[in-house]
This record gives sequence, C-alpha cells and structure tokens, in this order.
Amino acid sequence: MTVLKTENVSILFGGLMAVSKLNLELKEGELVGLIGPNGAGKTTVFNMLTGVYKPTSGSIVIKSKNRQFQSIIKLHPYQITRLGMARTFQNIRLFRNLSVLDNVRIANHFNAKYNTLEAILRLPSFYKEEKRIKEDSMELLKIFNLQHKSKELAKNLPYGEQRQLEIVRALATKPHILLLDEPAAGMNPQETQELMDLIRSIKEQFKLTILLIEHDMNLVMGICQRIIVLDYGRVIAQGAPAEISKNQMVIKAYLGKEMENDA
Amino acid sequence: MSRQYKTTITSVWLLAVGFIIINGLVALRLIDEYTTQVLTIGGINVIIALSLNLISGFTGQLALGHAGFMAVGAYTTAALIMQLNVPTFLAILAGGLMSALFGLVIGLPTLRLHGDYLAIVTLGFGEIIRVIMINLSDITGGPAGLKGIPPFTTNFFWRPVLSFALVQLFLILVIIMLSNLIKSSPGCAIISVREDEIAANAMGINVFYYKIFAFTLSAFIAGLGGGLYAPFFGYLNPNMFNFLKSVEFLIIVVLGGMGNITGTVLAGFGLTYLQEFLRFLKDYRLVIYPLILILMMLFQPAGLMGIFGNKEFSLTGFVRNLKRKQIFRRRSASDKAGDHQ
Repeated sequence: MTVLKTENVSILFGGLMAVSKLNLELKEGELVGLIGPNGAGKTTVFNMLTGVYKPTSGSIVIKSKNRQFQSIIKLHPYQITRLGMARTFQNIRLFRNLSVLDNVRIANHFNAKYNTLEAILRLPSFYKEEKRIKEDSMELLKIFNLQHKSKELAKNLPYGEQRQLEIVRALATKPHILLLDEPAAGMNPQETQELMDLIRSIKEQFKLTILLIEHDMNLVMGICQRIIVLDYGRVIAQGAPAEISKNQMVIKAYLGKEMENDA
Repeated sequence: MSRQYKTTITSVWLLAVGFIIINGLVALRLIDEYTTQVLTIGGINVIIALSLNLISGFTGQLALGHAGFMAVGAYTTAALIMQLNVPTFLAILAGGLMSALFGLVIGLPTLRLHGDYLAIVTLGFGEIIRVIMINLSDITGGPAGLKGIPPFTTNFFWRPVLSFALVQLFLILVIIMLSNLIKSSPGCAIISVREDEIAANAMGINVFYYKIFAFTLSAFIAGLGGGLYAPFFGYLNPNMFNFLKSVEFLIIVVLGGMGNITGTVLAGFGLTYLQEFLRFLKDYRLVIYPLILILMMLFQPAGLMGIFGNKEFSLTGFVRNLKRKQIFRRRSASDKAGDHQ
C-alpha cells in the first residue's frame, strides 16, 4: 500500500538542477533511509515533500488521513502537515523561548476543537480541550522521558533532548508519515543507539511510515528496511541495506573514483 | 462548581470592587482632577501600546504606524458623533471596526512577505493617514484641527469621572481579552509565528492567517483607543498622530518588555506620568525618553518585566495564592488547637 509517491520531480535553483526526475515511493509501514554525499539534494527533497519548495516539474501525491490520495504540489506546508505528514529539521527549529510543553501544545493547535472567540470568553469547551491537549502532550513527552522537563525552556535542554523534542513535536500533529532530517546529527554513539530503539518503537506504536535522512551509517544500516541513495540530485541506487553497502556506484559517490593505474 | 470557576469569580469580584473604589475616589475628588486626567490619558496610551504589543511583541511583526490606526479610530468616532449623531459608545466601536478594516487592507498584501516589510508599509501608512486627514478638511477640519467634539457627558462634575471610568473599563476588557487569547491555543500559534515561522508552518499552523488575525485585532484595539481619545480630549489635529506618536507607543512596548502585558501596562502609565511630571524641564524632557531607552537597552534589554523573568501578573494566580495561604493557615491553626488538647 503506497502512502507517498513522487513522479519525475525536478527542481531548478536558477540554472542548477538540484533534484532531477526523482521517483520515490513509500509503502505503508516502511522505514526508508535517504542517503547521499553532502549537497546531493536530500534536504531539498524533504523541502519539496513538505511544501517549503515548489518543484519545477513532476507530481507528488500522499495518502491523507482519510485514506485518499491527494496531490500536494500546490499546498502550503501547514496544509500538508494537516494531511498527516510531519517533519523534523536538520538544524533544530524548536520554539526556543517557549517551554517544552508549549512546544508540543503548538503542534496540537490545529486539532483543538474550539475557536478563538471561545478561547477569549473562556467557555467550557475551552477548558475541556485545553485539558485534553495538555494530557495528550504529556503522554507524548512521557514516551521520550521528557515529562519532568515540561516546564523548562526548550533552549535549555541538552542537545540530544532538543532533537528528541523535535520528534515529539512532529508526533503531536498526529501524522502517519514522518520525515526525519538527520535525527542523529551531533549525537554520541550511545545516544544514537537509544534513538534507533526509539524510532523503531514509535514506528510500531503510532503505525508510522518513516523516511529519514542520515549520515550515520550505523543508524541507517541498522534500522532502515530500504535505502535510497542520492547523488547530484539523481537516485543512483536503491535497495536493501546489504545491497547498498556493496553497490559500486554508491561507494564511488562517497569515496570518489578509484585512480586509474598508471601502467 | 469547579475550583477554576470559583477562582475566576473571586477575581472578577475583586476587580469590580477595585474598579468601584477607584472610581469612587475619582468622583469624590480624593484623586484630584489633574491626576485623573493623566490616568485617563495613560489608560488610552496603554490600550494602544497593548495593541502594538500584540502585533510586535507577540506576533513578532514590527509595526511603526499605530498612531495612524489611532487617528482612523479617533476621526471616525468624531465624525460619526458630530455628523450623524451616533451614540458615543457605538461610534467608538465603529472607530475600532474602521481601523480594523484598514489593518486588514494593509495586512493582506504585506503580511505575505517575511521580514521587515510590515514596518516600512505601516510607517508609510501612518504618514498617509496624517496627510489625508489634513486634506479631508470637510470632515476633519483640516490642518486647523477638529474642534468641539461632544464629550461623554456635558455635566462638569461627572465628565472626568465618566471619561476615566470608560477608559479604564475598556482597558480592563482589552487586557482580559489579550491575556485570554495569548494563554490559549490560538495564542500559542501566534507566539510560534514569532519564534520560528518555518517551524510553525511545519506544525500545521496557518502562519499567514494568524499574522492577519493579530494585525487586524491590533488595528481594532488601536482604533478603540483613538475612539476613546476623541470625546475625551474634544479636539483632534492631524499632527497629533505623527510618526513620533507611533514611536511613543513603541517605546512603551519596548520599555515594558516585548510580549509582556503587565510590562506594557506599567510602562504605559509610568511614562505618561513621567511626561507630565517632567514638565518643569520644558523641552529637555524630550531628552529623558531616549535616555531611558538607551539605559534600558544597555542594562535591561528584555524590558521592565525582564527583571522578573518576563512573568505576567495574574489576578487569578494571585487569588489562588491567597486561598492556598488561607487554607495553610487554617490547617496550622487546627493543628495547634489539636496540640493543646
């Protein structure tokens, strides 16, 4: 069952073809890794999938929450998130000056069943929904063992926990597709190991389809069921981790061409 | 009834008693007429500064033309009262609505853009409004100003009392509205726009909608402030609403702390009073303003409330605290009684 599909997606920045003719398909419940050398266009792919960039050509469809396929080419990022595809950012983009709880509450906002007038007049529906939102948020924080830090400012958390909070915040939008942009960047091996377990467990618990960008090959090879390799905006290989690690094209892209014998 | 509602009711009750007492003092002239007038002007300044705080402090969009919105509100109200004999209260509301309409029209094209475009556009808007008011002399009296706007009441004894009470009533309503809004989920959405637009967008928040919403609401409140000003002061002149007036509101917001309601209220009344208090310095008093601002930026860049960790004063929180202490006292008293037996 496909949940996300791109067909011949290309994007031009000025004269530069950043991503060209990308064909990508995610099946329900898959955990797919997107790898490639620096500047290969991985984050650009993410930005196109989430509506930050508009592709120059091609089509992207996702299965929305009500299980219908929908083109997302013309949608804004917030509309795509509401359809059920959430993301994290490579360079952490938390609401730094707000509390951990507020960070998660904000992601719950569009699910809140009261309007601004009810909020200003403090009608019972407001208290009821606020209570629900708070409970839901705390529940999520508990999974990541952040509940006792709910009142701290996001910027005061240690780096690893900031990364985790980004994932919590994305989960709070109740997605069924989750895009993780380098979730393990800057983490030590111990933290990376914990993160791997965490990603596996939330995938099961929330029935997620996950696409992740990562440079840490341990993590990628360890948890991904399928890997897509990008180089200069093109897919050069895809397949199971074992195949990818032996693929000559991939090795060449990462390590460069072997020198010709001088003979 | 839940504890939440009980606390709210106690707070409202406290607020009402405080409001009646202070108005009683004004009516009995125990607060003299001069102070009353300063407090009334202060109240109007705070209302408009709060509206500016909503868009600049909470939503993070710098606006430099709030005197323009104030002017729209003031002139609309004055024109409705003088030309069409609309009741004052309705005319003030209409002033707010007219100002909100202007806010919407300016916001729709500019708030789509990121960055400081809004500051530039609102700066231009303020000046355009001023020039229009100068040239629309049929309604506004032109550069000579608009004289003889009917006050809230013609009774000399009740006039300062009624002005004061009405302005403070509007102020209280605006404060309640803003703080309820900010603490709710839509308020969180507004603040997230300030913190990180891209992340807010990725979290399912319609950034553009909330910018427009905050800006229009801000214009509405500023218009109300202007609407209150017209019948209170009785005279309007386009040059009252120049760029410096807009900056004055911005100074109040910055001084109180961006995104802090309590700070804006304190700084608004404080600066209004200071301006009157320093009249003996003549023109030099204009030096005091920038001087305060420079010192503030050097030593306390987060504003007045930054000293207290940017916390808000909350009446319900205050009441809750009082109750807790009372319960604590009762318990310790009964404990002691038990010891004696």
